Amino acid sequence: MTKVRISDDALALACGADGVAEAFAQAGCTVERVSSWGMHWLEPLVEIDGEGFGPATPRDVAAILDRSSAKAIGRIADHPFIARQQRLTFARAGKTRPLSLEDYAATGGWAGLTRARAMGPGEVIAEVLQSGLRGRGGAGFPAGIKWRTVAEAVGSRKYIVCNADEGDSATFADRMLIEGDPFQLIEGMAIAAHAVSAGQGYVYLRSEYPHAIAKLKAAAELAAAIIAPFQLEVRVGAGAYVCGEETSLLNSLEGKRGEVRAKPPLPAVQGLFDCPTVVNNVLTLAAIPHVLVEGGAAHYAGHGMARSLGTMPIQLAGNIRHGGLFETAFGITLRDLIEDIGGGTASGRPVKAVQVGGPLGAYIPPDQFNLPFDYEAYAGADALIGHGGITVFDDSADMGRLARFAMEFCAAESCGKCTPRRIGSVRGVELIDRIRAGGRAADDVEALPQMHNAPKQGRTREQNVELLEDLCETMKFGSLCALGGFTPYPVLSALRYWPQDFGPRFGKE
Amino acid sequence: MTSPKRNQTDRATRIGEIVASYTALEGPLLPILHAVQAEFGCVDPAAEAQLALALNLSRAEVHGVVSFYHDFLPAADPRPQVQLCRAEACQARGVEAMVPAAEAAAGARVKLSTVYCLGLCSVGPNARIGDQLYARLDEAALVRLIGAA
Repeated sequence: MTKVRISDDALALACGADGVAEAFAQAGCTVERVSSWGMHWLEPLVEIDGEGFGPATPRDVAAILDRSSAKAIGRIADHPFIARQQRLTFARAGKTRPLSLEDYAATGGWAGLTRARAMGPGEVIAEVLQSGLRGRGGAGFPAGIKWRTVAEAVGSRKYIVCNADEGDSATFADRMLIEGDPFQLIEGMAIAAHAVSAGQGYVYLRSEYPHAIAKLKAAAELAAAIIAPFQLEVRVGAGAYVCGEETSLLNSLEGKRGEVRAKPPLPAVQGLFDCPTVVNNVLTLAAIPHVLVEGGAAHYAGHGMARSLGTMPIQLAGNIRHGGLFETAFGITLRDLIEDIGGGTASGRPVKAVQVGGPLGAYIPPDQFNLPFDYEAYAGADALIGHGGITVFDDSADMGRLARFAMEFCAAESCGKCTPRRIGSVRGVELIDRIRAGGRAADDVEALPQMHNAPKQGRTREQNVELLEDLCETMKFGSLCALGGFTPYPVLSALRYWPQDFGPRFGKE
Repeated sequence: MTSPKRNQTDRATRIGEIVASYTALEGPLLPILHAVQAEFGCVDPAAEAQLALALNLSRAEVHGVVSFYHDFLPAADPRPQVQLCRAEACQARGVEAMVPAAEAAAGARVKLSTVYCLGLCSVGPNARIGDQLYARLDEAALVRLIGAA
């Protein structure tokens, strides 16, 4: 009987994988539901004896089975999109059944945890430091230093919190990891717990990911005996983007409004319920089992460049022909990612801009596509890597409108605690509207004789732009958290590189 | 038909059961609110008052939490809900041009709400109905989806 492998990842399901799986089952095949390879333009991707066919529909079943299908892509592992990657965190993608403990153990699962438990906590932390692993949530803080701080902090209880509130547009690596290889995340958390002597862990997962929630809850139950005495609980967010910020996430876990806390105290010292807490992103914790196997730390640190070591699961999204998950060592350029690997835009039109790092990341024009993927290189170019999501826009994109959207999104998702973000974002929307409309006339009150001290003319466009830049400066340095602090990146980059999109007469006055 | 008063008592009993099943958790408020929202389609002022009493919180604290999160509604909305992603990646794939047709198709019958990101950013525009996800939507497919919701 033919064995057919089809992903049950949420993206494959949204593209109709269940229907395809059912059609194969009716044709007498054994269908195995596995994780996704991450070649999203080919989903639902059907695998038979290593050969791939996609994007498949139920109508393609007969042709795929007699190998006459035009949707054949050859051996999946040899496909350039896969062959060019260096998959460490996503090594199992496409290959294992997500909830099979058997598959996990057969592919090296639990080796890191077993080895870590045979070592002292201090040695585990030393290996994490040696690997050079930095937080993959966006800030890029060295994971080992965070762990050491928690290990040395005094507290009656300690916690491991996994930040799986992946709210940034263009990011889906956390979701794919949780849906495709949940035990790897659980193993990483158990290793962290051993390293800092924590007894309880939480995964804070967003409610927009119903499939990931179900998978992770099931996986946590299956693995409970293996990770004991460490206990793990999955908690579900409630639709607040700001809860991806670590301190507001902690408040939300405690059952409070998801408002940002001022730092210090750092969560590593006073985190969940005021106890020392490791808060790491899904990808950070999922990289840990690989780091902790024999020689893993050195192998991990052998990838990458400068101070950005290891691999980054990069997410190619938006208007891109070959979108999906591309894990590779740091240092790759945007040109390689978008033109070579991504195949340009899905619409076939020229690329106008890419946004790296989600809604808070800068818009980068094609003439800067030689920028290497590296935390410091991006910071130097007034941009950020964030969670590694890349959104491609074609030449129909209106950058002025996108800048306005960045401010609007910031206003909608503000937690309300700090003024620069709460009010600054609203003023930002107004200012951008005014700039795009070419200024505004004095209103009735301003025209009154009593208002003789008011300016006689409305602000010029230059003055409005200056005011917007000033506002962005205030938000950047005055906001409590990254959400307010980084919103200026998309706004200012759009303004700098595409001023013509901020009104037809821009720069001519 | 049951009387409204009877319904109120039933509700209070059910909320009491929900609270009881979660009190062993650390920081149980969010899981409880999710359960109440799932059961009744909303977390209304009566439920807030009952939860405050049960958890030894003030009503203001509970209301503050309920009103902070998009997922909790003050009143149940009986309409079918379609969530449409309008974040950057879906914008790059043309969702904004589809919005007028979607709104027209939804009318007053369907609640069309915006969601910022379903995590399917390489195959947008995307929508969600319940736990069912839909990708690669064009205007016609989205209008059909809303019509069938």
